[in-house]
Amino acid sequence: MRLALRELRRMPGRFFAVGTALMVIAVLVLVLGAILDGLIRGSTGVLRAQAGPLLVYDDEARQTLLRSRVDADLAEQVADVDGVADVRGLGVTNVTVDPPGETTAEDGLLGLVVVGAEGENRRLTPPGRGEAIADARILDEGFEVGDVVTLPGDVQVEIVATVRDATTNLAPSVWVDLDTWREVTVAVRPDAGLGEGVVQALNVVVEDGRDPLEVAAAIDEATGSTQTLDQEAAVAAIPGVSSQQTVFAAIIAATLVVAALVVALFFVLLTLERSGLYAVLKAIGASTGGLLGGLVVQAVVVAAGAAVGAALLTFGLLAVLPDAIPVELRAGRVAVALTGLLLMSALGSVFSLRRLVKVDPAEAIG
Amino acid sequence: MTAPALRLDEVSKTYPSGDDEIVALDHTCIEVASDELVMLLGPSGSGKTTLLSIAGGLLSPTSGRVEVGGTDIADLDGKALARFRRERVGFVFQAVNLVPFLTARENLLVVGELGGTSRSGRRRARERADQLLGELGLADRANNLPTQLSGGQRQRVAIGRALMSEPDLVLVDEPTASLDTELGEQVMQLIRDEVKAREVAAVLVTHDERMQHHADRVLRIVDGHVTE
Repeated sequence: MRLALRELRRMPGRFFAVGTALMVIAVLVLVLGAILDGLIRGSTGVLRAQAGPLLVYDDEARQTLLRSRVDADLAEQVADVDGVADVRGLGVTNVTVDPPGETTAEDGLLGLVVVGAEGENRRLTPPGRGEAIADARILDEGFEVGDVVTLPGDVQVEIVATVRDATTNLAPSVWVDLDTWREVTVAVRPDAGLGEGVVQALNVVVEDGRDPLEVAAAIDEATGSTQTLDQEAAVAAIPGVSSQQTVFAAIIAATLVVAALVVALFFVLLTLERSGLYAVLKAIGASTGGLLGGLVVQAVVVAAGAAVGAALLTFGLLAVLPDAIPVELRAGRVAVALTGLLLMSALGSVFSLRRLVKVDPAEAIG
Repeated sequence: MTAPALRLDEVSKTYPSGDDEIVALDHTCIEVASDELVMLLGPSGSGKTTLLSIAGGLLSPTSGRVEVGGTDIADLDGKALARFRRERVGFVFQAVNLVPFLTARENLLVVGELGGTSRSGRRRARERADQLLGELGLADRANNLPTQLSGGQRQRVAIGRALMSEPDLVLVDEPTASLDTELGEQVMQLIRDEVKAREVAAVLVTHDERMQHHADRVLRIVDGHVTE
């Protein structure tokens, strides 16, 4: 191993090409991950803002807010279940509005998501009638705090404050009280079936010390007509989120396989080039395993250097991307991606084993 | 009585060649005492490199017995053979073959590092390397890379590397092949002085008849047959 590390220190130029290739691959993996997380973040702001860990849908809704309807009687039934501390109604409707100035949208209309909610959540306390709290991205579309937004149905609300990380369906959200939300929804979809007290889902706050999943099962058993999910499952059930994750995961995995192949090719060629040196080392007592260990160490060190460079480069790259591109670089994903790079690099270097085994120490003599 | 440093007992090495076979070594029997410098003289293709390779555990004989320091090396597996070469045999290659990115000192230390050493072992190895380099006249070259050394200096580093592990047997392949007469004499004298000072056996393979006077005993090899 010391031999391998010395070679890296004394002849770093030899590894420049493979290091650069790995860094480019790592940047691609990190950017893909950041886009995926940005897309998911932009699609799930409303759900992630909820105070309680559970979301109750009607069981024919296939776990989507759009199809789900929960009336006041059902909400009362849920509230009576043991372990339920509080029940808050929730509704979400996509609308378009005329922005005050230029908008990023091609047709001149701005897409918003009107969120009807009750009770304080992780981002805000829903305002009263005639008021709205909007996702901060609305400011990029020409709105300011204090402006009046005209929603469908001629419903006017004044933006009284903004919050961050509350986009959903990749559009800025506008949080209003439930009655306002119903009014807007009926104007957009008269067939929505939203009578008094009807919401799309319930956010359930669980009593301290209670297992949310147990309470979820109890709710569904008590009502016989609901499907209760924890936040993670509810996020995964959002149309597109799961398929996005699957597709991006496949692309990222394929890219890491490419990294392994790049490293494999480099080290096989390097082993071929150094077969004379390896013959000498074997002749003076190096084992094939020891030489392979040295290659693995070199691959991991080069990959680690590439990973650090890639992380820095990616931070810089994402900082200059336009706001319209949803990206989020999470520490957890960076760690997983770069660990994957190190592992695939180590794996790639092992491909040289066959070549190493073939090196005949007798070639060192004459 | 001490076992000989090297004993080849009816060692043969053959290679298939179509329907025939090529005999590189033919029922060779030699013994090298523990402090003897034996020169093996022969032309190209005579089998001297094959004999050297078999003695150093780099090649397996087709038949016969090979003992180094009393150990029959025929039964050693790959890992044990690597350890044997690291600890019991020293090689000085014709092409010198120093590791190009290691300094002179590090080229001596690499033998021990290949087997893994403790911190105290590394300290002792470093002291021994510096001692050897001093004796070889390379004390002020210890931190130089091979590209910064002359041909003769590189040869001396290779000799030092061969002696680092205090082997039972040093095998030297054509040490004067790429050197002029004067430098060749110096290298041969150095090899003799070093192996004698350490009471290490050496087998030196060469086609250079001029160097015979450095050996305790000269064997001749022609077409795989060794004669005294």
